[in-house]
Amino acid sequence: MAQIMYWEAIQRAHDEEMARDPLVICMGEDIGVAGGTYKATKGLYEKYGPLRVMDTPISENGFTGLAVGASFLGVRPIVEIMSVNFAWLAMDQMFNSAAKVRYMSGGQLAAPCVFRSAGGAAHQLGAQHSARMEKVFMGIAGLRVVTPSNPKQAYGLLKSAVRCDDPVFINEHELMYNMKGEVPDGEYFHPLEGSEIARSGTDVTLFGYNISVHWCLKAAEILDKQYGISAEVVDLYSLSPLDRDGIRKSVSKTHRAVIAEEDEAPVGVGSEVIAIINEECFFELDAAPVRVHSALVPQPYNHTLEKAAIPDHEDVVKAVLKMFGKA
Amino acid sequence: MKIEDKKRVLREMVLHRRFEERCYQAYIERKIGGFLHLYPGQEACCNGVMEAARPGHDYVITGYRDHVHAIKCGADPKEVMAELYGKETGSSKGRGGSMHIFDVAHRFMGGYALVGGPFPLAAGMAKAIQLKGGDEIAICFLGDAANNQGTFHETMNMAALWKLPVLFVCENNLYGIGTAIDRSTAVVHQHKRVAAYNIPADECDGQDIEVVYEHARKAVDHVRSGKGPYFLELLTYRYRGHSMSDSRGYRSREEEEMWKQRDPIFILRDRLIAAGEMTMADYEALEKETDAYIENEVIRFAEESPEPRVEDLEKYVLAERETQLPWLTGKAA
Ligand SMILES: Cc1ncc(C[n+]2csc(CCOP(=O)(O)OP(=O)(O)O)c2C)c(N)n1
Ligand SMILES: [Mg+2]
Repeated sequence: MAQIMYWEAIQRAHDEEMARDPLVICMGEDIGVAGGTYKATKGLYEKYGPLRVMDTPISENGFTGLAVGASFLGVRPIVEIMSVNFAWLAMDQMFNSAAKVRYMSGGQLAAPCVFRSAGGAAHQLGAQHSARMEKVFMGIAGLRVVTPSNPKQAYGLLKSAVRCDDPVFINEHELMYNMKGEVPDGEYFHPLEGSEIARSGTDVTLFGYNISVHWCLKAAEILDKQYGISAEVVDLYSLSPLDRDGIRKSVSKTHRAVIAEEDEAPVGVGSEVIAIINEECFFELDAAPVRVHSALVPQPYNHTLEKAAIPDHEDVVKAVLKMFGKA
Repeated sequence: MKIEDKKRVLREMVLHRRFEERCYQAYIERKIGGFLHLYPGQEACCNGVMEAARPGHDYVITGYRDHVHAIKCGADPKEVMAELYGKETGSSKGRGGSMHIFDVAHRFMGGYALVGGPFPLAAGMAKAIQLKGGDEIAICFLGDAANNQGTFHETMNMAALWKLPVLFVCENNLYGIGTAIDRSTAVVHQHKRVAAYNIPADECDGQDIEVVYEHARKAVDHVRSGKGPYFLELLTYRYRGHSMSDSRGYRSREEEEMWKQRDPIFILRDRLIAAGEMTMADYEALEKETDAYIENEVIRFAEESPEPRVEDLEKYVLAERETQLPWLTGKAA
């Protein structure tokens, strides 16, 4: 198994799928000649040409709709939205066209498109370039939402998303493109549904997804070494649908839950996971589940304020210690 | 147009007119719910363009005023009516309704309710045609007011940039709901607006099907021969209100009367009568025959068809699970 970067994993998935099927195409701003803001499409323009690797005008709703229309006729477009903040402009076509067309046509037509986008706070990018928007996408009927926490998932989720007949939104993270990790040498398809136990434990479940999986893993390490608390980390790589079984199984084992998200709390992954815990295994709980989340503010520019707005592994540790009456 | 074609199209237009008028009645009787946007007055637009194109072969997409476009592409009027009745036998199995008629087998790729939404979808279908190398074209029928959406400008730019085989047909009926075009749009002549994107455009009378046909032939030939997009503006008028709850206070009865003097069906009928190809009695018989067909077959089918089952409420949200297992579970062969 090779160690490659997150962006390389995404690039490899593109390349393999485009080599396999001439109807797989990709499009987005600066993805072709320039190779992509995050290098996720590097080298593809040279290999597959401008008809299949399309540098688009800055028309998010327009080119997203164009991708959806192409997918009606069997094309498999992979659309890169440069930053998830710009995805607001494309939501009309994603939600009103792609997500609904199968239903409103009584199953006659489908939009098997992949939309990829980088979200999350990087370093002082300010209010209009730091949003996390997975909460917006995960509530839409007819749309799948996945979010890779490592290169293996980034590769395998994109591979599966391209093959799947449903529209899939892939939520990536600005800070993770250079993260290294093992990716199978052979072809690998990551499941689009379910969750993964990233670390096994017995006393509390830490739910994370995308970047917050890493806060949870770090927190679990500290909790184990310094406090003798055994934390299980569950990676919710699928946000729609959320893995009800996986959530129930882990909470039924540990009887405690902390959900860590980089997003603001209202109407988010945390609220949804807690609702599922209530519905699935309320009587297994030994303590009220807790959310760790960012402050409800437009992301500040100032470095100190920015750090204060966003949680990290220390906030996860604190939440667990409080739950155990140790803080 | 050949004489046989004119006669056939007259029959079709009468069906389209009577179908829509019967929908109106069914709506009053509360058999049809939701919004209902009717087409009378504009028949020569869809018919003229599609006579120049290849129905069932070219991909057609439009807005919410979509019944006639679907039927013209080949959809069975019975299934369209059943859809309006919300029945399982409807073209979208009762899940779509009046604004979302689909008949993908006949390449009618749908009616969409977001004004301007179909522009990029049409360009996308054209992109797919370009990639696959077929001789089909994509045809997008929309209203005049839709051209004030961002999707109009974004799509014109991309369609021209990538030379996509797409024909945009603007059915300019002078109003977007109750707002007259000169009260919403700085450039009233819609075909002039695409000059900004270097797209060839044309404008013509949308009430005389032979005029529409001649202009549409040029347009279709241009697009099919690989020269890129084309924009055709047709000047027309809708007789009824925008949807069902519209008292038409924004326009005068005189204006309406003036347009009714240029009725697309009567223009063609009178021309055929003058040429000795039919008599008024023939025409009246045609109307009767059409009404009988609509009543005895179309309405009856819709009335007698079953409702969708509530157990199937969540069907068609996503692809059938069993067909997607390798990707959902990661257990691909
Ligand atoms: C995005 C959006 N905004 C507003 C509406 C409400 N609406 C429905 S039809 C319409 C007018 C459209 O007029 P036009 O494009 O000229 O088409 P026509 O109805 O005249 O055929 C409006 C404002 C809508 N359906 N979608
Ligand atoms: Mg109009």
